[in-house]
Amino acid sequence: MVSSNGFEMHSSIIRYRIFPLGDSAITIDFGNCIDETLNKEVIRRFNQLQQQPFPGMIEAVPAYSSLTIHYDMVALRKKGTDALTIFQWVEQQLLERLEQPVEHSATKERYMKISVCYEKDFAPDIEQLAAIKNISVEEVIQFHTSKTYKVYMLGFLPGFTYMGEVDEKIAIPRKPQPVNIVAGSVGIAGKQTGIYPLASPGGWQIIGRTPLKLFDAKRDEPTLLRVGDLVQFYPVTKKEFEEIKITEL
Amino acid sequence: MSLKVIKSGILDTIQDNGRYGNQHLGINPAGAMDKYAIQVTNMLVGNKPGEAIIEMHFPAAVFMFTQPALIALGGADFSASINGEPVPTLHAIVVGKNDVLQFHKPVNGARVYLAVGGGLVADNWMNSYSTHLKAKAGGYQGRNLRKDDELLLRQPFSVSVQQEEFIVLPWQADTKWSDDSKEILILPGNEWGRLTTESKENFTMTSFVITQQSDRMGYRLNNIPLHSITNEEVVSSAVSFGTIQLLPDGGLIVLMADHQTTGGYPRVAHVISAHHSKLAQMKAGDKIQFRLTDQQTAEELLIKQQQHLLQLQNACTFRLQQYFNK
Repeated sequence: MVSSNGFEMHSSIIRYRIFPLGDSAITIDFGNCIDETLNKEVIRRFNQLQQQPFPGMIEAVPAYSSLTIHYDMVALRKKGTDALTIFQWVEQQLLERLEQPVEHSATKERYMKISVCYEKDFAPDIEQLAAIKNISVEEVIQFHTSKTYKVYMLGFLPGFTYMGEVDEKIAIPRKPQPVNIVAGSVGIAGKQTGIYPLASPGGWQIIGRTPLKLFDAKRDEPTLLRVGDLVQFYPVTKKEFEEIKITEL
Repeated sequence: MSLKVIKSGILDTIQDNGRYGNQHLGINPAGAMDKYAIQVTNMLVGNKPGEAIIEMHFPAAVFMFTQPALIALGGADFSASINGEPVPTLHAIVVGKNDVLQFHKPVNGARVYLAVGGGLVADNWMNSYSTHLKAKAGGYQGRNLRKDDELLLRQPFSVSVQQEEFIVLPWQADTKWSDDSKEILILPGNEWGRLTTESKENFTMTSFVITQQSDRMGYRLNNIPLHSITNEEVVSSAVSFGTIQLLPDGGLIVLMADHQTTGGYPRVAHVISAHHSKLAQMKAGDKIQFRLTDQQTAEELLIKQQQHLLQLQNACTFRLQQYFNK
């Protein structure tokens, strides 16, 4: 629904549970699943907490369907909370906030285009994926580039994006054992797609590589993508890959 | 005015309290493994508790001071010496020009901290001096210390000392704030209930051994495999320092300072914050005995630790003032 001032109101009918993550963090779990509606709620709540952190909050970490808040137990104790435990006080703060619907301006999601070279040298797993899924390599590329993906969360490595969801025709489980993966590698794990910002061991099936720097510690905003971004991949040749890569240095 | 690495150690990095506020970008906090020890060690030299400090593993680096400095060692005991003469941990020490600090054998603990009065010059990345090895940023050029590195001191040590030799100041930081129990207290995690009754019992009735596959990211533990009553996947969600995850092979991993921001393994338990220091001083081959506790106890223990640290800070400030103003 849209209110008169043009803000979309979100009714808080989404169910959640709250649990402690150890003694200094708390998680709001909207359901243990990958779901765009739940993820939107997570991002809204995350953005709200970023803008209006509650006292003692260190930081909030959005995930697929959960939002975790790390808090400073010692700082909160100094405030002299009346609750039995600090956890209960923090939980109360969150419950009060969750009662309130998050008003969010209809800010447009960022639309990001990411160039990917799907050629053999950069795509160690693409042929096998095509064979298992009984389609051609060209079709794998076509399926991967024809959809717009949502950045559901960042995690695992600095700037590693979990995006979804790929067409069922190219969905494939991750490898049983991790292998060494080159920075920029674009992979698939189940219905998720993602990009390795740094060289790392990993189990995702690699179908291409981007020349873009997904992570650069020297940039003011070190990660190229943010949670909530919309991402579209487009194929480039090896030559174009090298040309783009030079501009990224 | 510097501290020179004349021989490199296995993994020596600059660390502080950690880098917070960026976990939503996948950037983990890093920071010292033993945050209690860095506070104590900094306090001994009159620094603020979270000042950047050198964290060392054994074998540790050999350093030479190119100017006088006030230093302290805390955390583990690696049998340190200056110019070949043994020096104790948890004391402030005045060192002179060309003094050589080295470490001979691991007596106890896993990580020793070297604090320098006034602090070290280090790279600040995203509001922290901690070395982020994966991002290659922060600390000393984003990497571990190597031979011939020269760490600059932020301030020269200006107090004139009469003696030629180094001086061990005559008081020691008291780090006995709790009982000496070797037990590591844990809180049940969100997926604790997935463990079978037998596995829950094994979790706290038997002890676990820290394996060689253990580093600043986490400790892999060895024991009989634990069993889960469900194979339902856990959708990736935030984890924390001290989170104990159940791996698909039934083993456990305890997440430490360089842990990932999120994880998709069941979080069966969490080590309480007040015991992170104890945990950080354990090494491969050590045995861990877990015991379940509750939220209130976990909170009270950390508050108690914090109160102890405040008293210690006051005591250190007082002693240093008395010593150098006499």
